[in-house]
Amino acid sequence: MRRRAEGTWVRIHDIILTPEERATNLPDDTKKVPLEMWTKGFLLEEASIGDMVEIKTITGRTVRGTLVEVNPYYTHDFGKFVPEILEIGLQLKEALWGGDLNE
Amino acid sequence: MNKDMSYSAVMGRRSEIMKQAVGIDYSVFEYGKIGFDYEKMMRETGYSLQEMQEIQGQTGVGNTPLLELKNLTALARKLAPEGKGARIFIKDEASNPSGSFKARRAANAVYHAKRLGYKGVIAATSGNYGAAVASQAAMQGLKCIIVQECYDSTGKGQPEIIEKARKCEAYGAEVVQLTVGPELFYTFLKLLEETGYFNASLYTPFGIAGVETLGYELAIQCREGLGKDPDVVLCTNAGGGNVTGTARGLIKAGAEGVKIVGASVNLKGLHMASDEQFNKKSFTTGHTGFGMPFATWPDRSDVPRSAARPLRYLDRYVIVNQGEVFYMTEALAQLEGLERGPAGNTSLAAAFSLAQEMDKEQIIVVQETEYTGAGKHLQAQLSFAKENGIQVIFGNPAEEIPGENIILPAHPSLLQAKDIDMDKLRVSYIRNCIENNKVTELDSADLSFIIADCNSDKETVLKALNELGVSVN
Repeated sequence: MRRRAEGTWVRIHDIILTPEERATNLPDDTKKVPLEMWTKGFLLEEASIGDMVEIKTITGRTVRGTLVEVNPYYTHDFGKFVPEILEIGLQLKEALWGGDLNE
Repeated sequence: MNKDMSYSAVMGRRSEIMKQAVGIDYSVFEYGKIGFDYEKMMRETGYSLQEMQEIQGQTGVGNTPLLELKNLTALARKLAPEGKGARIFIKDEASNPSGSFKARRAANAVYHAKRLGYKGVIAATSGNYGAAVASQAAMQGLKCIIVQECYDSTGKGQPEIIEKARKCEAYGAEVVQLTVGPELFYTFLKLLEETGYFNASLYTPFGIAGVETLGYELAIQCREGLGKDPDVVLCTNAGGGNVTGTARGLIKAGAEGVKIVGASVNLKGLHMASDEQFNKKSFTTGHTGFGMPFATWPDRSDVPRSAARPLRYLDRYVIVNQGEVFYMTEALAQLEGLERGPAGNTSLAAAFSLAQEMDKEQIIVVQETEYTGAGKHLQAQLSFAKENGIQVIFGNPAEEIPGENIILPAHPSLLQAKDIDMDKLRVSYIRNCIENNKVTELDSADLSFIIADCNSDKETVLKALNELGVSVN
């Protein structure tokens, strides 16, 4: 496994509460899974993906967790083409400006 | 000495941690068994309208344009009976520095934190408020941590929330992301205790007072531009702060005759703490999953006494469906040339419906818009819905079943806001008040508090209390 240098910007994952430790007033589907956490920071020592590590977050906190991502980046986008959206615009323009009333 | 960091131990230290992190001793405003002096709390811990305008002005917050939506008005008039179809205006809050009206709340909270000498601020929010606090913290030189509920147990995140995380990080904040569950509060408390930062709660008096400038501004803008006060102001309602602050601002402007209408997206049937249903919804804020519980029990928030008390101010509360809000988001872009985020258009969808009940000469103001971007956009959100097995179809939105389908109106005339029975909400508030405070008898001061807090009358409240077996001495 490739070693990542101290100071690398990473994302870590941790279990905050196991299913047994969770609050009692939860729906069943939530109760059977743990409460998980992700945050980002600089690696405090050399490590590989999957290692338990310590990071220093952007506010300076030291947080422990499993190293899951190196140089994390965002992949959210504008979604795939949704043909219904085109139809809305055409329909609205027809309702406002089209038809007999505006001839 | 190592503190016990277990769930029960941290939750047990809740009030102590909160007192440190908010800097308000709420007990000084409390009286009787359940009452507290709301106006005194707002007066003594908040800021005056003028101070707030100054604080917000220093960071470029507020004074957003009030835009007339002429084409949407024309369309509403085509669908309305003769003589009906109020002029629709929108307050373009997306032009605030962080892209939403939440900048107003954050400006005051962060200013206050700095004034009290805190080194940083923390907020528990998956919404626009996170970006607002992060933006203000950047301007005022404080550190910032935002705690989000973002993912389900398979690690799949709501695109809208992921975008807000990106925006918070863009302003230099640390973002802590969690899976579904109310124990977010536990993580939040641990962070407050660990850092000693200020709890920039959405529900403090200064946060809510920050929205008063919005109501005040829009009243002045209507008077200057139109020569009169608006007839109806529509606010998207989740935690109640938007309604509360706006209404208080209108009152401060002397616009007491304005009807305040709240609007939420209908997510009936979806459990907000359900891991499996988390990604079945297309709206992560402005919905009934927050709107209903917070209206009927404001003190469920992260401070002992929430300053957001929507029942005090709401004249009417309506719901619209997800398909209707997406439809109006597209309408705003296609007919008005304004591309804005879907969640903020909840009240716009309701306004389009309500305008058709009102006279042509009347004025209806939608008091917010929010920014849009990757993830936080109708295409991203409809695409995500489809990936999660939600059917997207045209039809009658009244038949929409949250979690199963999203029904876009087959014709704009099918868009219809539906009223929520306010009296039922009041009864539900009274029940929560009694059950959460575990009381069986009240004094007359408590009774007055309840009457004011749910904006009801003595007879109705006494009847509800009687049915709950509570006596008043």
